[in-house]
Amino acid sequence: MKVSLFITCLCDAFYPRVGEAMVRLLARHGIRTEFPSEQTCCGQPAFNSGYWEEARAAARTLLDAFADSDFVVSPSGSCVHMLHRYRELFRDDPPALARAEELCGKTFEFARFFVDVLGIDDLGAKFPYKVTYHPSCHGSRLLGVRDEPERLLRNVAGLELVPLPYAEDCCGFGGTFSVKMSDISGAMVAEKADHVLETEAEVLTGSDMGCLMNIGGHLRHRGRPLRVLHLAELLYEGVSGA
Amino acid sequence: MSGPETAAKTVKERAEEALRDDYLRQAVRFTTDRLRSARLQAAQDQGNWEAWRERGRQIRSHTIAHLDYYLHRFAENARANGAHVHFAESAEEAVRIVLAIAERKGARMVAKSKSMVTEELHLNRALEDIGVKPVETDLGEYIVQLAGETPSHIIIPSIHKNRRQTADLLSKEAGEELPTDTPSLAAFVRRRMREVFLAADIGMTGCNFAIAETGSVVVFENEGNARMVSTLPKTQITLMGMERIIPTWADLEVMATLLPRSATGQRLTVYMSGISGPRRPGDGDGPEELHIVIVDNGRSLQLGDPEFQELLNCIRCGACLNVCPVYRHIGGHAYGSTYSGPIGAVLKPAFRKNVAEWDDVADASSLCGACAEACPVKIPLHDMLVSLRRRKVEAGRAKRPEALAMRAYAAVMGSAGRLNGALRLGRLAVKPIARDGFVRARIGPLAGWTRHRVFPAPAGEPFRERWASLRRELEREPAAMDPAVRRRLEEALRKRKRNAETEEGGERHGG
Repeated sequence: MKVSLFITCLCDAFYPRVGEAMVRLLARHGIRTEFPSEQTCCGQPAFNSGYWEEARAAARTLLDAFADSDFVVSPSGSCVHMLHRYRELFRDDPPALARAEELCGKTFEFARFFVDVLGIDDLGAKFPYKVTYHPSCHGSRLLGVRDEPERLLRNVAGLELVPLPYAEDCCGFGGTFSVKMSDISGAMVAEKADHVLETEAEVLTGSDMGCLMNIGGHLRHRGRPLRVLHLAELLYEGVSGA
Repeated sequence: MSGPETAAKTVKERAEEALRDDYLRQAVRFTTDRLRSARLQAAQDQGNWEAWRERGRQIRSHTIAHLDYYLHRFAENARANGAHVHFAESAEEAVRIVLAIAERKGARMVAKSKSMVTEELHLNRALEDIGVKPVETDLGEYIVQLAGETPSHIIIPSIHKNRRQTADLLSKEAGEELPTDTPSLAAFVRRRMREVFLAADIGMTGCNFAIAETGSVVVFENEGNARMVSTLPKTQITLMGMERIIPTWADLEVMATLLPRSATGQRLTVYMSGISGPRRPGDGDGPEELHIVIVDNGRSLQLGDPEFQELLNCIRCGACLNVCPVYRHIGGHAYGSTYSGPIGAVLKPAFRKNVAEWDDVADASSLCGACAEACPVKIPLHDMLVSLRRRKVEAGRAKRPEALAMRAYAAVMGSAGRLNGALRLGRLAVKPIARDGFVRARIGPLAGWTRHRVFPAPAGEPFRERWASLRRELEREPAAMDPAVRRRLEEALRKRKRNAETEEGGERHGG
């Protein structure tokens, strides 16, 4: 049984602690993971900007990296969703397309892997804080991971989950959108941050570091820094008593 | 205020202007909030909403796939009813047809009910140029016309105006200070419109659906003005996009279920008029002459295009605008075209064959997918936006710095070895400008980001470097796997292999 980590370039470079939390949580349940080091990026920044040739260069590294994996787990719904776009990206390349189809079938977002694949929705964590959850658009709306993160959070002892108003609204990240249309993106993240602050939560959590980097970065820019944790980090802190 | 002809500015620049307009943002946020919760409530009350959407999609897709057949049927039946049917390939041709009718009738005034196609053709200006006065009789359109603007929303043309601004416009027109309550303002407009209905030489309407089996035009509205416009003036001109067709009246039931609920959360529109030909002997009222102008203007370019044909399924409900977080902040005018929001961002470029004429409107989306989720006929608008961006790149119309950045991206991400090197370089480059782990400086490509947020400095040790020691540590004391978990994993694996062998039965899950 080969369970591989699709760590995502963002977590690799900026948030290795998120990948580490995920690995440690899996290890606690006896899941031994591999990190195929050929992997780079899913190709989404190039794909969404219209540079499909460039996106394919990145995407091929994933097709190679996970060719003989049985399961692939990733801390990002957005990057996992990108694999599903490989059907379009490789539509003119049947061998790559077949490998992409296979990869889609065995790759799971972190919360879904625990809840739906492993059948574990209570990690035995304790986290006595007021928490709000931002459901990222790609993970929830496009990939369909909607209830799983909440189920994991509801089973954390001491955790008070405060609903985020307008939770389903995009935080304004959108990859290159945040740089190309920076002021629109800025207005969107400002509104999202208003809603987060309204909850008076002590911790903001989510399942995609892109969105959390955006919201957390804005809160800090505004002088209202809040603790921002990926769901895996929160759960790991909750089980290790850190 | 901006309108369709403000192409000199970029979408980005117009959006920045809109973002500085607090009145606009407040008004748009207030109304879209109301519309979006009303839509969700109406869909829930109706029940089986996903099945209704799917039925709607099927009807629209079927019709568009056989558009030549249904258009022909519609035109034949409408002619048999006594209507004059005109086909216009371009906006110019449609305008010429309408102006010729107006001139032949010696018209001085045209009473219009709401029609986005006439906005697309800039018909009001063309009429004014030949001395004919067009009067918008829909309240929202009238407000926008008085302001010398264009609609900023498909359904709520004056969504960007608050009550105070509306009262000021109407007071100016009335020549007296009107009270700002809705009944008083509506009463003034109603009095004014009655004069217009009676004086107009031509009544002009749009068309929500055209029924092929009987050659009938169906108009949805809430104010009764479209019914007046199609009843009182002696001549009626109806303009419709060539894709407005549905095969039968039975199909209209599905559309009448989807459209008002998606647009405003209404269970039924207040007035739904079915018009089958001009006044017949024995009819109490109706126009003596009915003209139907069917407009292409870029629509047929989508036919046979696998990425864009579904665009013609649109029923113009505006639901995608109401849920769009970008529209919410910048309103409709920033899009710089008749149609705004996600549907407008796709329609505008898609209706133009020449990629060189495309602006940056397809970039004005975070691709969050709220539009596709709200669409009553399930148009994948966020995918279409990506396709438009790709076509622009393929046509060599992308901005040079971006193209270079993407080439660098491909070089780095094309191999883990180069990514490794780039991570090291990145750490070195950011080090001098980072403070307590964050970059705040507004420099280079980071400027757009750091204007609104801090940027994290890269981790001292990326995951790929951390992995070896982490793995060693975890392998020292491996935990046992719960047998139930192991069984689940093995079963999932067996099931996947079975599916792969049978090919057809391959179950797709959401990842």
